[in-house]
Amino acid sequence: MSNVSNYNLDFEKPLKELEKRIEEIRLFAEEKQIDMSEEIRRMEEKARSLKLEIFKNLTPWQKVQIARHPKRPTFLEYIELIFHGFIELHGDRLYRDDPALVGGLAYLEDIPVTIIGQQKGRDTKENIFRNFGMPHPEGYRKAIRLMKQAEKFGRPVITFVDVAGAFPGKEAEERGQGEAVAKAIMEMAGLKTPIIVVITGEGGSGGALAVGVGDRVLMLENAYYSVITPEGCASILWKDASKAEQAAEVLRLTAEDLVELQVVDEIIPEPLGGAHTAYEEMAANIKGSLLKNLYPLINDDLNTVLSRRYQKFRQLGRYLEE
Amino acid sequence: MKEINYDKDVFGLSDQQDEGGDKWVFKDLFRSKQKYVTIRQREVPDSSLHEPSKKEVPDGLWVKCDQCNQMIYHKDLVKNIKVCPKCQFHFRIGAWERINYLVDPGSFQELFATVTSDDPLKFPAYQEKLAKSKKATELEEGVVTGVGNIGGVSLALGVMDFGFIGGSMGSAIGEKLVRLFEYAAEHGLSVVTFSASGGARMYEGILSLMQMATTCQALNCLAEQALLYISVLTDPTTGGVFASFASQGDIVVAEPGALIGFAGARVIKQTTRQTLPAGFQKSEFLLEHGMIDLIINRKELRNTLARLLRYHQRRKRVINQ
Repeated sequence: MSNVSNYNLDFEKPLKELEKRIEEIRLFAEEKQIDMSEEIRRMEEKARSLKLEIFKNLTPWQKVQIARHPKRPTFLEYIELIFHGFIELHGDRLYRDDPALVGGLAYLEDIPVTIIGQQKGRDTKENIFRNFGMPHPEGYRKAIRLMKQAEKFGRPVITFVDVAGAFPGKEAEERGQGEAVAKAIMEMAGLKTPIIVVITGEGGSGGALAVGVGDRVLMLENAYYSVITPEGCASILWKDASKAEQAAEVLRLTAEDLVELQVVDEIIPEPLGGAHTAYEEMAANIKGSLLKNLYPLINDDLNTVLSRRYQKFRQLGRYLEE
Repeated sequence: MKEINYDKDVFGLSDQQDEGGDKWVFKDLFRSKQKYVTIRQREVPDSSLHEPSKKEVPDGLWVKCDQCNQMIYHKDLVKNIKVCPKCQFHFRIGAWERINYLVDPGSFQELFATVTSDDPLKFPAYQEKLAKSKKATELEEGVVTGVGNIGGVSLALGVMDFGFIGGSMGSAIGEKLVRLFEYAAEHGLSVVTFSASGGARMYEGILSLMQMATTCQALNCLAEQALLYISVLTDPTTGGVFASFASQGDIVVAEPGALIGFAGARVIKQTTRQTLPAGFQKSEFLLEHGMIDLIINRKELRNTLARLLRYHQRRKRVINQ
């Protein structure tokens, strides 16, 4: 996790440099009272096509970098832009309230829903408070509690997934992190109310799957979802974490790959340049997709929904049989 | 902050691999082909016929205990189901070896043996890994599934083998376990699984992760029928296997001294710089923290399982819908 202000996407460098030059020329022109508008217009044109070229041909590793961008919108920002009337509900009733996982009641247009998601910090201080968005077992247990509550009152559940991975900590192990993750998966699989999952940033393995079982799994264009981080995979495969770029290629972790593997149902497009460049546009895209997917679900017979959910995950393996 | 590289252990992915497993002579006998239920019947041989597995028990007549350094006569160790007679250290054992000592003689029928791993992502080195593991363990996949009796009670049984790519769970293991759970639900059988795994199988990427979901949801089928599921955790049960079906037994049992957890100890130390207590993530640690029901010595396991199964024999109860 690098410092927020120093976070640069290397592949964006030519674009950033060009944008900087345009700005310099603009200032120069203003200062010297020269008309350089034609020059500026031409350079802006060039910047636009460069941006398009960069962002329409992102490699998996570049997408991972965008997904981890410290300015990428977090769950709380999405809540504000997508839902209204949010009331946060706290605690797992067993140990404590985990700030790395936020949940509560909200309206999506006029539909009351339960929303749950991992919450990364937006600066160092908040990141420490929220454990970099990595829940402890009590976070998953809070999620389970809120889901069971949603089931009881017939509210659909919408989860937002953005987690680097489950938290490697002594206390998390002592309090049964593995059990909490498994329990959350089981409860989601059998929950008698519709569930929509949105993978917004990092879909880090067990930590992601713990809130990732649903009737519809949607994924942002530049998010990633993987059994292991590219760095982890590289250090196992090639004993070299710096080969993460190659690992990102073989893991098939992009939204497109995952649609092909049927793990993800729908890709939500991001603004050109990534979600962090235009929060409102990003939120509007998510909202549109949520509404489109939720209406049919709440009108379907619940038993149909449940058996379809079972089949959806049941057929996700690829194996050989004589 | 320091670059975190914890996932290797967080999700139990490991390339460590035991060259273990026992020779099996009757391996491909009695193979039948059916669409869904594939049954392969095996005779249960005297366990003393087993060759020692290479790493766990080195060649030769004498074996040194990993824990107390006691020299043990190999035949005595086999007779003692690979438990050190002096300090009770439990050596890892292969899937068939475990089945042989566990089930009533002649009662085990293997199911779903024809389900094996594909290479869906065309992942580097995966084919080689599979070939090497198949050769070393003489298994086709990292779990053996089937039906049999323990103490006269019939049950569905799934036994993992750590020797097969670290017992890592890919699509084939997931599929075999799910079929086992569904079969048990259909036939009103109790289920016992023995886990031995480093976690999800990286070589199948996201599809491995999804096996956590498929196995967990299939357990719901058993719960709906009020059927018993006993999970026995053996050394090691970590990562995505512990964080799915293995931790969700109605009764969770562990062998003594087994490593059980989600995140790996090394990575916890690296990431958080915490000092970890002695015995961290061992069976005894989990018992103390309320995460498991029982620790049972391998020599008592058969007996205890039989008793637990008998408690739940009035299966197929009528459930009011």
